[in-house]
Amino acid sequence: MSGESEEMIDLLRDKVSELGLTNTVKIIKTGCFGFCEEGPIIKVKPDNIVYVKVQFSDVDEIFEQHVLRGHIVERLLSVDPETQETYKEDKALGFYKKQYRIVLRNCGFINPEDIQEYIAVRGYEALAIVVSENTPEEVIEIIKKSQLRGRGGGGFPTGLKWELTAKHRRQDKYIICNADEGDPGAFMDRSVLEGDPHTVLEAMAIAGYAIGASTGIIYIRAEYPLAIHRLEVAIKQAKEYGFIGENIFESGFNFNIEIRLGAGAFVCGEETALINSLQGMRGEPTKKPPFPSEAGYKNMPTSVNNVETFANIPPIILNGPEWFSDIGTENSKGTKVFALAGKINNIGLVEVPMGTTLREIVFDIGGGIIGGKKFKAVQTGGPSGGVITIDNLDTPIDYESLRSIGSMMGSGGMIILDEDDDMVAICKFYLDFTQEESCGKCTPCRIGTTRMFEILERLINFEGNPEDLEILEDLAINIKNSSLCGLGQSAPNPVLSTLEYFREEYEAYAYRTKKTSYQIIGEKCIGCTKCSKVCPVDCITGSVKKVHIIDEEDCIACGACYTACPVDAIIEP
Amino acid sequence: MIVKSLKELRELCAAVGDHVHLRENGKSEDGSFIDILVGMGTCGLAAGALETFEQLEIVLKNKGLNHVNVISVGCVGFCHMEPTVQVNIPNKEPVIYGRITHDQVEKLINTVIIDGDFLEENYLIKSFRRAVI
Repeated sequence: MSGESEEMIDLLRDKVSELGLTNTVKIIKTGCFGFCEEGPIIKVKPDNIVYVKVQFSDVDEIFEQHVLRGHIVERLLSVDPETQETYKEDKALGFYKKQYRIVLRNCGFINPEDIQEYIAVRGYEALAIVVSENTPEEVIEIIKKSQLRGRGGGGFPTGLKWELTAKHRRQDKYIICNADEGDPGAFMDRSVLEGDPHTVLEAMAIAGYAIGASTGIIYIRAEYPLAIHRLEVAIKQAKEYGFIGENIFESGFNFNIEIRLGAGAFVCGEETALINSLQGMRGEPTKKPPFPSEAGYKNMPTSVNNVETFANIPPIILNGPEWFSDIGTENSKGTKVFALAGKINNIGLVEVPMGTTLREIVFDIGGGIIGGKKFKAVQTGGPSGGVITIDNLDTPIDYESLRSIGSMMGSGGMIILDEDDDMVAICKFYLDFTQEESCGKCTPCRIGTTRMFEILERLINFEGNPEDLEILEDLAINIKNSSLCGLGQSAPNPVLSTLEYFREEYEAYAYRTKKTSYQIIGEKCIGCTKCSKVCPVDCITGSVKKVHIIDEEDCIACGACYTACPVDAIIEP
Repeated sequence: MIVKSLKELRELCAAVGDHVHLRENGKSEDGSFIDILVGMGTCGLAAGALETFEQLEIVLKNKGLNHVNVISVGCVGFCHMEPTVQVNIPNKEPVIYGRITHDQVEKLINTVIIDGDFLEENYLIKSFRRAVI
């Protein structure tokens, strides 16, 4: 806007009305497109052509050439500084400019089942360098300097975790790769393991060298058969080349990797529960301290790291820690992979530098909301996270900012919700998930989450009352404060954050003021009788060519009439 | 074959590097082959990437295009446009195409490989900004 945008808009409006095109050409003022350095920007739809650095004097040309004649004004297109190529379509712009791939650098680029292709992208070079040129202490120092933090959700500094594990002088130590990705809607780790399994193996060996472990274990859920298969192939090939096994690169360092399958319990993503599961015991968390870095697998010092964390290690070694710490925000370095799901046009996997805003992810990379509907919220962090609303769309994404607005980074699942989504129903879904996945060891989580689920169910069935909201909130805070492990402590987050931002939706249920019936707009109804024919409870009255009426008492909100109406005369509750 | 030192590894890397350069920026010293990458993660396979892969091999064989390699790779991240295919032709910028189901394969090969044109309706993006290491 600081450009000459306002004046340009007026000029365009004048032009349109002058030519009597007000019905066919619309001038729409939008928010920032995200490439401020190239503003002011004009976008012409439906062609999706973006013009950058538009001057007041250029408006005429865009209008005459593009809008009236359909010719693209080449000289105003954005130019890629590297290739000197011009971009026409904005979808390409968003993708080029916003994404930066470190973790996913080889996904979709090399054949994961051919070790030669991994070697061709300097695979295993980082391992070769550290075992032949660095001491374990130096490796830890490099990772600490890079300020890499755990990508599984908590954000604990990886270098520090390694250092804490390394300092214990025990005979056996273990590296565990946590590939028990359980958040609904998250598939970042799966894609890395399927697309680039060797990176994870290489990083595990580097970690083993740094902490003094000779065994690595990959704990992966059995629901990922393709990832398991590709890991097995990768391990076999890496052994053939001597990248894992005995005396790696003739340095005297030995490292072996085995795969263990999890049975798909959500709580086993928690490191102590994961270790219990590995030892053949029930997948239940234990109290910390002692931390696994002191007494983990088989009571020996163990470092548990996430798949995505590992995938960052080889590039850090090869490019240096400063390269990595230059990317991102003050306290969150590097990039983060997100799985976009829900009501968004470009469902998929994206990797962006830390500090990118949610707006950029949803609208520039994700292509906006399906069907042009209104954005309502983003659910991040799965069943442990919360919602981010339209007011916080410009929050830069990093560990601290997300926590400060009541959500969390989580492992990186992002579910985009639009105006039609019911926040109470979404919370009920998550609570249903957590109460079922609660391992049952501690009371607050086992009983508390079930009670919360029951309250939500009661509200949705219009059997609740206003006091339920207070009970729900009270319960949520107690569970958060008194549960044993991360699952219980974070299980109330979806409820707490939606209660904060969408309390009116809860109240509509509690006070039973929520509209539950469909309605017919009288002026639009043509009396075709289609709606009354499909209504399963016969609550629509009216005769041919007369306006029909829905009985609000009897309507069960099945939506059959809404789908049947040929003139969109029916509105949803 | 055991790789014994960093030097040996780097030699090996240089020896097999040509394919990667081709995919990165279209540069190829050899210049005699074309690589077609098919995204075959779980998402791609669910959308029919295996059928696409097999169809590519059949069509290429029928047309005698022996210099074209079909390579299975992981997920590119475009779940909404699966199956995705990246075409790497020497001295041309790599291009990623989306929604290449098995019935689109013949058209892709005719337009992109044989005629050297651009398949407008399936065009997705050119390659990503990747960390250069």
